[in-house]
Amino acid sequence: MTQLPLLQQFVLLLAALALFLSFVLLAQARLVAAIHAFAWQGVLVAAVTGVVALAGNAHHLYFSAGLTLVLKGLLIPWMLHRLVRRLELSRHTELLRHPALVIMAAVLLVIFSYWLVEPMVAQGLAFTRNIVAVSLAVVLIGLLMMVFRQQAVAQVLGFMSMENGLFLAAVSATAGMPLVVELGVAFDVLVAMVLFGVFFFQIRASIDSLNVDRLNRLTEVEIPPSPPFSRRGADTPTATGASK
Amino acid sequence: MTALLVMVLTPLLGGLVLALLRPLALAGWFNLAVSLITLGSAAWLAWEVAAAGVIASTYFRVDAFNVYLVVLTAFVGVTTSIFSRPYMRHVCASGKISAMSMRIYHSMYQAFMLTMLVALTTDNLGVLWVAIEGATLATVLLVSLYRTPEAVEAAWKYFILCGVGIALALFGTVLTYFAAQHVIADPSAGLTWSVLYERAYELNPTVMRIAFVFLLVGYGTKVGLVPMHQWLPDAHSEGPTPMSAVLSGLLLNVALYAVVRLKMLVDGSLAGTTTPHLAGALLMGFGLVSFMVAGLFLHRQRDIKRMFSYSSIEHMGLMTFAFGLGGPLATFGALLHMLVHSLTKSAIFVTVGHATHIAGTQAIERIRGLIRTQPAVGWALLFGVVAIAGFPPFGVFTSEFLLLTATMQTQPWFTLALVSGLAIAFAGLFRHLHPMVYGAAPEGQQPVSANMLPVVIHLGLVLWLGLSIPDFLVIWLNRATELIAGAPVL
Repeated sequence: MTQLPLLQQFVLLLAALALFLSFVLLAQARLVAAIHAFAWQGVLVAAVTGVVALAGNAHHLYFSAGLTLVLKGLLIPWMLHRLVRRLELSRHTELLRHPALVIMAAVLLVIFSYWLVEPMVAQGLAFTRNIVAVSLAVVLIGLLMMVFRQQAVAQVLGFMSMENGLFLAAVSATAGMPLVVELGVAFDVLVAMVLFGVFFFQIRASIDSLNVDRLNRLTEVEIPPSPPFSRRGADTPTATGASK
Repeated sequence: MTALLVMVLTPLLGGLVLALLRPLALAGWFNLAVSLITLGSAAWLAWEVAAAGVIASTYFRVDAFNVYLVVLTAFVGVTTSIFSRPYMRHVCASGKISAMSMRIYHSMYQAFMLTMLVALTTDNLGVLWVAIEGATLATVLLVSLYRTPEAVEAAWKYFILCGVGIALALFGTVLTYFAAQHVIADPSAGLTWSVLYERAYELNPTVMRIAFVFLLVGYGTKVGLVPMHQWLPDAHSEGPTPMSAVLSGLLLNVALYAVVRLKMLVDGSLAGTTTPHLAGALLMGFGLVSFMVAGLFLHRQRDIKRMFSYSSIEHMGLMTFAFGLGGPLATFGALLHMLVHSLTKSAIFVTVGHATHIAGTQAIERIRGLIRTQPAVGWALLFGVVAIAGFPPFGVFTSEFLLLTATMQTQPWFTLALVSGLAIAFAGLFRHLHPMVYGAAPEGQQPVSANMLPVVIHLGLVLWLGLSIPDFLVIWLNRATELIAGAPVL
């Protein structure tokens, strides 16, 4: 094992904390607490960017560190917070089905990431290998979260933490994407967040809840020409109250 | 260069103006005018490219491959806006959507065109990603435009699935950039496709191999490859019909274009390794599975727009397979198929739009007797489906024939799968089509005012391409084939 410079060790520590927060996000039942965890993850990614900028003396990275801090650490969490308050979901909790299994799956994803990255990076580059694996793990856990969480806001958190992982990869493995690309990605993420907000209201107006597992009208299963009240909702008659 | 700027700026400004323009009658015409200017500048650009070969600047690069897709995109943009003007006014007049939604619709229509054109002309893989993600963002509000529970569900599914897919594509892009950093000294050029392509053989094959898997899954979601296709039938069936026409005719093409460009890079990088055709093999696998699965799903559809969206998946699968097969003939066939499929499929969706207005529903079992009620719509649907199923003398036959020939030359056993897939799809389409066109019309079914001009133009062009492909187009596609496959077909 090669000895890493102090700054690289520090970056790895921050990245590991970001990965830990991914696990927190995955299992956190309270929505507001999950948003806070997401905000901290954004701050950590910004901190990683800052340290990389310091270590490599790359000035354009200071700018992206600031951008990440404002966008992922402050603006998006604030928007989500506001949406949650307006949707009256502040006290909403959602218990993960099979939490132990999901966490185990997340652990497997981390191992998988290391396995995938192993042959990719030359032996000497322990730092790069670790950081790429960690960021891939953050991306994949975000994906897992979008699959297993049934609540729209939680799914958006999963989406956004995937973006965090991508950003982590871009910054630490490659010292930042070209500026145009970075601005473009930030713009897309911001627009996506605004649209997600619009959709929360549209979804609630249409199914009176934000539990998107009840969005199940469009399937390939042949439904007989349906009476006015269809099978939808019949499976979960009391869930409406709980989700509000 | 000026042509390119005009072409990109027109939909940008047009979209902004349309967001503010209040009179609805004017908005439709203005939308058409903007699309026409875009088409004009696209033609101008094509002219310049034909003379110069390649037009390149820091962020843009237009060569024979993308310029033909640019012209196609702008052209379908125009014909669809001809169709969408009266169609959307009809929708608005029937009270399904508000005036505000109409403004969103027109503005997002142009925003979508902008993202398509930027994605096609850019030379930067990062900007390509931003543009394709932008296309999702521009269309997602349009999918939910009618605000029915189904529409909202379709839009959410579209948003989430494509969001995830495209995020994986970004990871692939980051990995590509990572590989490039060891080769290209200037970090700002590390995502420039043309620079990467020139030095592709130096890119680390292990990294590029993994990157390509992420990129294929990511952009493949947008192409509609099985099993990432789930969003496609929903988004097509629940959104307004002009949107289905441009999604099927343009977005899928542009996503496939991105995959092909990236395959070119990976092929270069893997050329010296033990698995030089890995990218091609992956494309063939995904393509063939999509082709077969979509053909089977055609049989059990109950919604007319869902049915035709499965037909789109089937054709995208065929093209993906052909690009994976590689070689000049298959590539030429795939390029031609991209062209004829776009033209035919958007013509079909336009016709379907009128058919659903006549019947007042999208359910196949309640659309009956179109030829009796309104012969123009009935015949157009019939000819459209005949064309898309690959009958001579339409252009789809030509391209499918070329693809089958190419398959027979290199991988004879796959021909069997392709032919049976085509037969399955044909049966699936016609079992639903026959009663819709010929069946007894329900009492009181009235014709609607339909503008069949876009359909006539599109099907006319497809017919022309089937009878004789004009020389300039052959030269054009031949140049593109030379770029992609390394050798011209002629």
